[in-house]
Amino acid sequence: MASGTSRNPPPFPTNDETGEGLSNLADGDSDEGEDIFVSNSMSPGVCQPVRGGELPAGDASSHTSAQSNGVHSDEDNDLFSDAQLSTDKSGSSSQKELSSSSSSRPISSFSPRPAAMPTTSLEQLEEEEDKDTFDVDVAVTNPEKVGDGMNAYVAYRVSTRTSLPMFKNRTFSVRRRFSDFLGLYEKLSVKQSLHGCIIPLPPEKSVVGMTKVKVGMDDPSSVEFVERRRAALERYLQRVVAHPLLIQDPDVREFLEKEDLPRASNTQALSGAGFLKMINKASEAVNKMTIKMNESDTWFEDKLQEVENEEQQLRKLHAVVDSLVNHRKELCGNTAVFAKSMAMLGNSEDNTALSRALSQLAEVEDKMEQLHQEQASSDFFIFAEVLADYIRLLGAVRGCFDQRMRAWQRWQEAQSSLQKKREVEAKLLWANKPDKLQQAKEEITEWEAKVTQYERDFDRIGMTVRKEVLRFEKEKTKDLKTQIIKYLESMLQSQQRLIKFWEAFLPEAKAIA
Amino acid sequence: MRSVSVDLNHDASLLIDIPDALCERDKVKFTVHTKTTLTAFQKPEISVPRQHEDFIWLHDTLVETEDYAGLIIPPAPPKPDFESPREKMHKLGEGEATMTKEEYTKMKQELEAEYLAVFKKTVQVHEVFLQRLSSHPILSKDRNFQIFLEYDQDLSVRRKNAKEMFGGFFKNMVKSADEVLISGIKEVDDFFEQEKTFLLDYYSKIKDSTAKAEKMTRTHKMFILFPFRHMEKLSDLFEKLRKVEGRVASDQELKLTELLRYYMRDIQAAKDLLYRRARALVDYENSNKALDKARLKSKDIPQAEEHQQQCLQKFDKLSESGKKELTSFKGRRVVAFRKNLVEMAELEIKHAKNNVALLQGCIELLKNN
Repeated sequence: MASGTSRNPPPFPTNDETGEGLSNLADGDSDEGEDIFVSNSMSPGVCQPVRGGELPAGDASSHTSAQSNGVHSDEDNDLFSDAQLSTDKSGSSSQKELSSSSSSRPISSFSPRPAAMPTTSLEQLEEEEDKDTFDVDVAVTNPEKVGDGMNAYVAYRVSTRTSLPMFKNRTFSVRRRFSDFLGLYEKLSVKQSLHGCIIPLPPEKSVVGMTKVKVGMDDPSSVEFVERRRAALERYLQRVVAHPLLIQDPDVREFLEKEDLPRASNTQALSGAGFLKMINKASEAVNKMTIKMNESDTWFEDKLQEVENEEQQLRKLHAVVDSLVNHRKELCGNTAVFAKSMAMLGNSEDNTALSRALSQLAEVEDKMEQLHQEQASSDFFIFAEVLADYIRLLGAVRGCFDQRMRAWQRWQEAQSSLQKKREVEAKLLWANKPDKLQQAKEEITEWEAKVTQYERDFDRIGMTVRKEVLRFEKEKTKDLKTQIIKYLESMLQSQQRLIKFWEAFLPEAKAIA
Repeated sequence: MRSVSVDLNHDASLLIDIPDALCERDKVKFTVHTKTTLTAFQKPEISVPRQHEDFIWLHDTLVETEDYAGLIIPPAPPKPDFESPREKMHKLGEGEATMTKEEYTKMKQELEAEYLAVFKKTVQVHEVFLQRLSSHPILSKDRNFQIFLEYDQDLSVRRKNAKEMFGGFFKNMVKSADEVLISGIKEVDDFFEQEKTFLLDYYSKIKDSTAKAEKMTRTHKMFILFPFRHMEKLSDLFEKLRKVEGRVASDQELKLTELLRYYMRDIQAAKDLLYRRARALVDYENSNKALDKARLKSKDIPQAEEHQQQCLQKFDKLSESGKKELTSFKGRRVVAFRKNLVEMAELEIKHAKNNVALLQGCIELLKNN
């Protein structure tokens, strides 16, 4: 867990989480001593929407890159595109870097930028990835049943290991229950989602699963349920701490550090599924919008389409893996039954050597059954569960796009309100009513401020969404790739053990006479 | 498949094989090819077309032949069963609309390969049947066997006549009662006592094992139809893994499941022999009783004595021949099991090593990318 060397620790999260993103660029990462603002505009990843001469002069590269973003980011989705990522610092190559972003670099979990808009260049982000891994490690372990009967619950140990100074210690652990995780999600989503962040989703609630556990934690289906949940909670937390903004959220810190957390209430209302339902409803509302947004750059439209396609792809794949798991379990059962039968046959056999060989065969088949069982687990935990995670996360990503739309709507509505107020003012001027005129002028000022505010909000949300989506894609690619390698390695191990079993059996078979 | 019954087709005086076969709808037409130096045959080399029913006819006539009561008649080949691949083909046709052309073609090819595998299996099992006959010192000389090999006309007429003559009499008669009969008689000969116990027990176990092996193989084969179409470059790897898995499943079937199936049927044939001998013993015991009665009544003594002698002779002949047959059966079974188990283990190792290479290659590729 090497931390970056030339980096400032993050300041304690201040209240300036809204608004002035652009003004906070001065501090933080200036590895190259460049003016961050300038280098920022050269990075295609976080290019500001090209609108009305806001770009610094002479920056043709960013202009073109803004429009070509839609094309380049296609390659982000291919897990194994061939290009290598380079840390070439020149601005012109930063475009190349974006298009070949499927390297296996670990993503920085922690950027030293302020909690407000981190708009440093993508290039610099990638440099940091090169130098450092997660500065926060979390693990969820030791599920224990607490209490008895229907009020029982499972408590998990959440352990953290970190070098970040904002935490009181370097390593610590607390006990948390499922509703605590849901509570954290609820707090985060209320706060951050309005800014266009992709909030990681906790696992689903399960009345059936939990009831079984309450009754007793010993039977295999309960064990599997608890393990599934534990793994899902761990992945959830790992995603949360990997997010540069969320790790700095005081609620996250409290969740990780505080001994006794107040019981989260109202988790009925907002589980992951509940929130997704909300997102979907909002999408429908957005779709019914009559004024279609006029996108000056197609990045958002294209990206949203990609996200939707990918969600479909993953769903299909998940279905395939699911049936693979079931088949393997069936094969497992059939092999076990066969092994027993073969053992009986071996006992019946009157030729000694053949009898021994048949018994050995029965044992080999028994071991095969175990192998199948383990492979099915691995299919499931490594593959299917992670796919399911990403299917839900992609839903959350779609939600961000909708938030941006709503921000745009708000802005448009404010503009039309402002227009109305101006019309009122004009009428009043003509009608010559000075006292009402004053009020009208005040209202105009008020709405002008609102328009400016909402416009800024919209811009900012757009930037956040862009950045978030790119970060998410990188993380997803990396995560899926890691999982696939893990999965293949487990298959490899399986096959190697299989070889050993059969190689041990072979001399027995040859000894038959 | 030939390895289920080793040491066949070595005697150059009578060589039989099935070089090809045609599949027309539900019927398979086998080409039976014979090469012989025996003068009993009209020509040194003959090829005739035969259907599955012809094989059954031949088997049944052998079973019904009194002279062969003391022999283990090789089990009849099972009827060609294309139901499974045909059903899958049907499903594939229904699902055609939902697949891409490429997927459809690929699946179709795989199903055609499965069809071909079933086809090959049925050819071989019919071939083994004939080769067991040709390598048997007594059965190879059977007249009907010769007719089967060289009669260049359609056998269906003969088949019908045979059915009318015997009406499947012997076969239908006491399949259920034979267990009772065999286990019921008081055995004087240790050899047969042991054989009887062994075969009855072994049969039930091997029948069970065969069923379980079939179920296991069927599930294993389902992995074949798992197209992993997704994930671009990975789909190549999964394709290859799937193909290997398919080969593992079919090798397992050939070496293990088919082996068990065959010997289950062979043991049934051995049990039939025991049954016939048991019947002969019962006849002998009955003839003894009849003789005693005749002596008591002082009536028809010579006939009774002769009858008793005949029964005894028959029984002795069956016992003597039966002992030989059962002993060679033991040896044959052990050799066949050995060969198949060794081959199966070697194939499993080979396929697994294949998989290991594939997986290692892909992991390397992914890690370095």
